[in-house]
Amino acid sequence: MSIPLEHDYIGLSEAPSMERASDKISSASSSTISSESEKSTALNLRETELRLGLPGSESPERKPQLGVSLFGKDLEDKTNGYSLGSLKGFVSGAKRGFSDAIDGSGKWVFSVNGGSEVDLGKGAKSCMPGPAMKDVAAPSSPKPVQEKKPQASAANEHASAPAAKAQVVGWPPIRSFRKNTMASSAKNNEDAEGKSGLGCLYVKVSMDGAPYLRKVDLKIYCNYMELSSALEKMFSCFTIGQCGSHGLPGRDGLTESHLMDLLHGSEYVLTYEDKDGDWMLVGDVPWEMFTESCKRLRIMKGSEAIGLAPRAMEKCKNRN
Amino acid sequence: MDSKRKKDSPESNELTRSSPFPDEVLERVLGLVKSHKDRSSVSLVCKDWYNAERWSRTHVFIGNCYSVSPEIVARRFPNIRSVTLKGKPRFSDFNLVPLNWGADIHAWLVVFASKYPLLEELRLKRMTVTDESLEFLATTFTNFKALSLLSCDGFSTDGLAAIATHCKNMTELDIQENGIDDLGGGWLSCFPENFTSLEVLNFANLSSDVSFDALEKLVSRCRSLKFLKVNKNITLEQLQRLLECAPQLTELGTGSFHQELTTRQYAELESAFNNCKNLNTLSGLWEATPLYLPVLYPACMNLTFLNLSDAALQSGELAKLLARCPNLQRLWVLDTVEDKGLEAVGLSCPLLEELRVFPADPYEQDVVHGVTEMGFVAVSYGCPRLHYVLYFCRQMTNAAVATIVKNCPDFTHFRLCVMNPGEPDYLTDEPMDEAFGAVVKNCTKLQRLAVSGLLTDLTFEYIGKYAKNLETLSVAFAGSSDWGMQCVLSGCSKLRKLEIRDCPFGNEALLSGLEKYESMRSLWMSACNVTMNACRRLAKQMPRLNVEVMKDEESDDSQADKVYVYRSVAGPRRDAPPFVLTL
Repeated sequence: MSIPLEHDYIGLSEAPSMERASDKISSASSSTISSESEKSTALNLRETELRLGLPGSESPERKPQLGVSLFGKDLEDKTNGYSLGSLKGFVSGAKRGFSDAIDGSGKWVFSVNGGSEVDLGKGAKSCMPGPAMKDVAAPSSPKPVQEKKPQASAANEHASAPAAKAQVVGWPPIRSFRKNTMASSAKNNEDAEGKSGLGCLYVKVSMDGAPYLRKVDLKIYCNYMELSSALEKMFSCFTIGQCGSHGLPGRDGLTESHLMDLLHGSEYVLTYEDKDGDWMLVGDVPWEMFTESCKRLRIMKGSEAIGLAPRAMEKCKNRN
Repeated sequence: MDSKRKKDSPESNELTRSSPFPDEVLERVLGLVKSHKDRSSVSLVCKDWYNAERWSRTHVFIGNCYSVSPEIVARRFPNIRSVTLKGKPRFSDFNLVPLNWGADIHAWLVVFASKYPLLEELRLKRMTVTDESLEFLATTFTNFKALSLLSCDGFSTDGLAAIATHCKNMTELDIQENGIDDLGGGWLSCFPENFTSLEVLNFANLSSDVSFDALEKLVSRCRSLKFLKVNKNITLEQLQRLLECAPQLTELGTGSFHQELTTRQYAELESAFNNCKNLNTLSGLWEATPLYLPVLYPACMNLTFLNLSDAALQSGELAKLLARCPNLQRLWVLDTVEDKGLEAVGLSCPLLEELRVFPADPYEQDVVHGVTEMGFVAVSYGCPRLHYVLYFCRQMTNAAVATIVKNCPDFTHFRLCVMNPGEPDYLTDEPMDEAFGAVVKNCTKLQRLAVSGLLTDLTFEYIGKYAKNLETLSVAFAGSSDWGMQCVLSGCSKLRKLEIRDCPFGNEALLSGLEKYESMRSLWMSACNVTMNACRRLAKQMPRLNVEVMKDEESDDSQADKVYVYRSVAGPRRDAPPFVLTL
């Protein structure tokens, strides 16, 4: 259910938990200090100290950091919005998660890739078609992203401050439908590395002569065979009768084997564009390397593919 | 035929009527009055005018679907052809309202089927619409022409297929951002081959491929097509073919703006844009790069609205593009353009009236990029006509806002979102009270305000004292005590919508507005300090208000976590789900 997740964010916390939360912060922060002291330029722990003050009083000597002012102010005004109190509770959880991330795996930078929840969350955001839209419509989906984000940003940023920042439900106030679109378009503009930690890896597949593109998720295939048979099924309607009729019903065995012949023969070859913008033949590099570097696929006519093979071999050698 | 009302005998009419005009004349004249506010005023003059107004009205706008019932609407207005309905509270856009909250259109459609069989237009915002409802709509209303859906949920592309299949007279299909279940693009192929009436087609926010062949044929045969917004899967090559079929377009949303083109293809695309002499609105442009933006240049001279919120442009690209858009009135961008890009806005677009800057990475908190107060200030110097702004940034100063509103005193909509909650003036560390004080003091025409940053009650004192035309106020993570909210409720005489989240306003503030809420459309308070008892008191004392509470699961019994208060002539909701408590 979506509601419980929501409360972990913004759920009301009574006074006892507020104290617990502040305890957690101070203990977590001390462990954070010891391991991160040389890096903690951004995190000013004074901000997290429990201070008493009248509601509405400011402390001008503070320079609140991004996000830290949230619970800095909060600790000051105990009668302030409950949600701020619970944000602390959440934040302390995030901090603990962060130290866990450090303790748990040696390479904590890669905990984003390893952490399944983070991936799912991010994946749900960047996957464009149907399932993602479905998730966005339900409030539960964006929340995993938001909850896990501090861990992700902590892992990515090499700084201790991010762990202190809370992700608030529905803030900034961007329409959930819009933010899903923007996340995809912003990420598409980054290089492939930005995609590598995600739960799905959509690349466009174009075929010479076909009237529109398709998309495949490279992550759901384990090897070239699976990919190529999926592409065969997807594009069989185009290759049959290369006069361009694509409304043909039924993809029976005859059709697929014909396409396989086409693909494996000299008619069509499967090529891809890699991170550097070069077009290479599919199949020359190990599968994992391929999925990491492939930006898009193209089924091109065999005649146009001459000269691609040597480049692929060279690149492979350079990488190894 | 319009329903005709029964008339009294002419003699008694002349004796008793106060107006010198015969009814027909009055209705004819009033039929020309379009604005809802004017019509409301007209209906209050006298009984004759009330009746003439209700018989002559063809469009009804209902800002809160629960404020009235469809039966009441149909009883008062017999001749409606066009309905606009808004449902959920606005914060549902940000996931603050659970699914299945309500605002289902179906009950309305059932009443309309019997009372408005000739219904032509339906525009819905934040309503729940199922595929069954869409099919019912498509098969029941034979004259149905225009459907517009924004921020709605509950439907899939199957519903769109039903619309395309059955609505023979469709002129407008406008599917904006919605929680739609995208099951595939086959719906577009459901428009019959003899269907030619389409004038508006927007499927930019759908993610599945449509059949390009079907789309091209549709665009070719709909000679009156004026607005076309395609989705991201349409390539540049395909766009060029569409533009060739429809050079008469006035509003265009492109697909993906990134594809390897040959020189010939590039030239053809440029020529296609050159032929679109009537283009005034441009959007889409996903993945646009400096290489392909220049094909747009021939079409830019007449652009009045440029929506770049899906194109992560850099400042240089934007500057080059805007240099060719001297007539721009509305601009939406991502903050990837940075302050430098906004400087270009100030330099190139003197006629600009509306600017929206969206964050490309709203959840990344260590982002060094984005826009700052400098960009906003730069725009204000160059664009004195600016009156609508939505600005997402990570830092702001009181001084900058003061400068901005000095340069642009005509703001009607000022929505500033400093993305970190409770962020002070980054130069002085002070609260941002003076910033919003300057806004409300200088901008006397201000209708809509959204505040952010570190704010004390002083901000709300200013708002209550100066914002006399304010109708909509959005507050988050702000204020110090009940006094702030009380100032707003007592000072802003024209206030209609107040939405508050995560603020230290409590029962005293809530109850200070007892008299006020009936003159407002609605109040939303979530994650504030309001208790159930206070809400019960409010409900008891104001029977014409609906007071609804949604509780978070882990909160204690006394807290009212989410409160939604609105006036209604329809009484309490009968379709409230179990998690909505009507007090």
